Amino acid sequence: MKHMTRKATRHINQNENLIFEKSSPGKAAWKLPPLDVPEVDTAKLLGKSERKDLGNMPEVSEIEIIRHFTRLSTWNYAIDLGMYPLGSCTMKYNPRVNEFVSRVEGLANGHPYQPAKISQGAMRIMKTLSDCLIEITGMDAITLQPAAGAHGEFTGLLMVRAYHESKGNARKKILIPDSAHGTNPATAATVGYAVENLKSNDRGMVDVAALASQMNEDVAALMVTNPNTLGVFEQEIHKIADLMHAKGGLLYMDGANMNALVGKARPGDFGDDVMHLNLHKTFSTPHGGGGPGSGPVAIKKALEPFLPTPVVVTKSDGTMAFDYNRPQSVGRVRAFYGNFGMFIRALAYIFANGPDGLRQTTEDAVLNANYIRKGLEGTYDLPYSTPSMHEVVFSDKVQSKKGVKTMDLAKRLIDYGFHPYTTAFPLIVPGALMIEPTESEPKEELDLFIEAMKSIAEEVEEDPQFVLDAPHNTRISRLDETLAARKPVLRWKPESTSH
Amino acid sequence: MRYLPKSPADREAMLKAIGVRSIDDLFSPIPGEYRLTRDLKVPRQMAESEIVDWFKQRSKENGDDYTSFLGAGAYFHYRPVVIDALVQRGEFLTAYTPYQAEFAQGTLQAIFEFQTMISELTGMDLANASMYDGSTGAAEAVMMAVRITGKSGAVIARNVHPEYREVLGTYATHQGIPLATVAYTESGRLNLKDLEKALGDDTACVLIQSPNFFGTVEDVEAIAEIAHKRGALLIVSIAEAVSLGIVEPPRVADIIAMEAQSFGVPVGFGGPYCGVIATKEKFVRQMPGRLAGQTVDKKGKRGFVLTLATREQHIRREKATSNICTNQALVALMVNIFMTVYGKVGLRELAKQNLAKTAYAADQFGKNAKVLFAGAPRFNEFVVQTSEEPSAINSRLLGHKIIGGLPLKKFYPELGNAALWCCTELTTRSMIDTAVGLVAESERSVGSMKEAEEVTL
Repeated sequence: MKHMTRKATRHINQNENLIFEKSSPGKAAWKLPPLDVPEVDTAKLLGKSERKDLGNMPEVSEIEIIRHFTRLSTWNYAIDLGMYPLGSCTMKYNPRVNEFVSRVEGLANGHPYQPAKISQGAMRIMKTLSDCLIEITGMDAITLQPAAGAHGEFTGLLMVRAYHESKGNARKKILIPDSAHGTNPATAATVGYAVENLKSNDRGMVDVAALASQMNEDVAALMVTNPNTLGVFEQEIHKIADLMHAKGGLLYMDGANMNALVGKARPGDFGDDVMHLNLHKTFSTPHGGGGPGSGPVAIKKALEPFLPTPVVVTKSDGTMAFDYNRPQSVGRVRAFYGNFGMFIRALAYIFANGPDGLRQTTEDAVLNANYIRKGLEGTYDLPYSTPSMHEVVFSDKVQSKKGVKTMDLAKRLIDYGFHPYTTAFPLIVPGALMIEPTESEPKEELDLFIEAMKSIAEEVEEDPQFVLDAPHNTRISRLDETLAARKPVLRWKPESTSH
Repeated sequence: MRYLPKSPADREAMLKAIGVRSIDDLFSPIPGEYRLTRDLKVPRQMAESEIVDWFKQRSKENGDDYTSFLGAGAYFHYRPVVIDALVQRGEFLTAYTPYQAEFAQGTLQAIFEFQTMISELTGMDLANASMYDGSTGAAEAVMMAVRITGKSGAVIARNVHPEYREVLGTYATHQGIPLATVAYTESGRLNLKDLEKALGDDTACVLIQSPNFFGTVEDVEAIAEIAHKRGALLIVSIAEAVSLGIVEPPRVADIIAMEAQSFGVPVGFGGPYCGVIATKEKFVRQMPGRLAGQTVDKKGKRGFVLTLATREQHIRREKATSNICTNQALVALMVNIFMTVYGKVGLRELAKQNLAKTAYAADQFGKNAKVLFAGAPRFNEFVVQTSEEPSAINSRLLGHKIIGGLPLKKFYPELGNAALWCCTELTTRSMIDTAVGLVAESERSVGSMKEAEEVTL
């Protein structure tokens, strides 16, 4: 290594083949209890539908399974190991009590169709979480049904559409700033809307003049992320909302960056009509290597008739029930009631924080981002000097003069024991380094990160090729992504060779 | 606050380093009139012990000491302990989507193994890394078929899970996909004659479920032949994954949209679950969702990456195959571990036990009440028709701490007093006998009431 790092040291980890390569007939990790009913003749019961062969399924013992997955796990980086500064992803601590309470018997084993009389506990959880999220967002009503953020966007836009249809015109398009997440335009298309791009101004915010000229009665809604993907608060949000409302449009807020606002400002107070939350970002439910998420959608009163069914309601006797009788509903977006296990975790997080903890959390998240900004200003190019909230976006402008791009810097950061920041996003910043530390980082970890990033910048000056060849300390070096896409190998087959 | 790793002195030092006087200075970009100056009205900060206690109370209100005959898309199977031991490792639990492959090989290799096992079990060429659940997966499969065929309509079997059909209805409305529904016959299977009539030149796909909502195994080959003859793709939804251990997979299908909850995922009041789409190789570029693929590093060493991302929203934006981003990765890992534990032999034996319990239960119920759809093979669910309302029988069963079958009136009013019962390897003979006893009692008392009425007349 060129420079020493205080954060990480190389250590031995185990090699591990694919599970199929460890399999051999006769090994087993299962045992069923004796059957307490008569055996059956499967051929007689199923006829030609009987399956005889399960193909190349593995046969291994329990200790091999434990070692297999434990070895694989050690090849991952995780929040539990250190700072995970992916911008827009809000990789905060995932409290263990959340995992514990989600596994309590009556909740983990509750069936979605069990009688309402013995579902009161689950409904109480849904109602309490709904009430908390409505208060936190300053909105009027909510659905917990969407399974993730993009699914929430879908649900939100369905309600937008239903709202306009109820006024006699569904309208044609959705305005989306050029700094938006890719899910925004993809979702608009799914709901049958055309997408119209909205340029950002030189401060990285929605260009209000451009919005005024593009806004007309064909526009159903503007989807805005606030703070936006630059980590910048849309200061003219009330003007934006007024412009939309004046022409009968709605303001949709992508709540991906809600970690900058909880307890400090409420979207419902600044003119937002509909928004989704990501419980796996702001409310600490684990990312789990890519999911499960949960994407509740909070709305203003005018959109309430269109909520997906069912809706949890409190009856006059104080018990709770699912209300399916909602004639204007957009329908169902998922079977059952949503990712219930994530509701438990998010609510446990809110309980652990309380109003003071939630506010302090937001303050610390913003403090951490600004501390990193201060620490790296001057070393990395800051394309927008507008104040940062919970994340900061630099660019590789300085380093790319030596041929080193944001992805190369990111790969080198791995050698320093950090997960990379988000690379090359938002699209309005060429060569973006998007850094979101969250509130979960102590000052020491932030100092190590700043030190690592500065050290990498020096390496770029001294020996750019060394950075271009990174990572140097991982199990494997940079992978050939072109090969993977050109000749896709998406499953193991017996004839494939092992290493 | 116990999750926040800073002392007041740290905060002071950091503010000073930044060059601001107070934290509020950092919030000055938010216009003053929108800054919240009061506490949020949420419950006060609780100790961990209080949180645990609160949720244990809710658990008690949620039937924590009942056993159940409910299935209908959410199945009780035993979850080997190693699943939770492994998925709670922080390196899996607290990792992000494996975009930085060198630092996420564990997750990527696990996904690759998941894709392989799902492909093996479904008889398809390949499978994706997961979808939200079985219902949205089925809807995405229909949209995928529309893209592949360039046609617009979809024909749906009425014995597909009613909530899956509702979700598809929601998705299809704004995609301009007209939906036609095909009825079932006396055997509970899809009505093939009606299917032929429902198919048109513009039909992109036929969506069926097998075993279907009534637990009956469909004649997939016959359905495939009819669909393919008209140039439509066949999509098969599989809601009960354990059936794959003993029921021949629908290899003739073009797309399989599966709900893998049965494989080691808690019933958990309906989620999170694990949808997955499996298909033929030629359709891969129209597949929604993430895919892990094998490749090599600079030194030729095997490794895995997320691949074919040009299908996805973060690259293609409004032209993507789907808007899906976050999937169900950790739940897919549970499924993966479950499949690994049971493996080639165990899955078959497990499925066989489900079959045996169900055959016994259907037999016993049949002695006292009408078990519908007897003419076709079934896996682990069956429909029982009673003289009395099923919910009345179920309330008496609740007294025995048993939750009876799902009353079907809401979804299939034409079946009258019918309920969908499910037996798995966890259903005991004594549970079955108790339920059968109560149904028999109900039939007897309704019968004697009828007799009494006839005498009076």
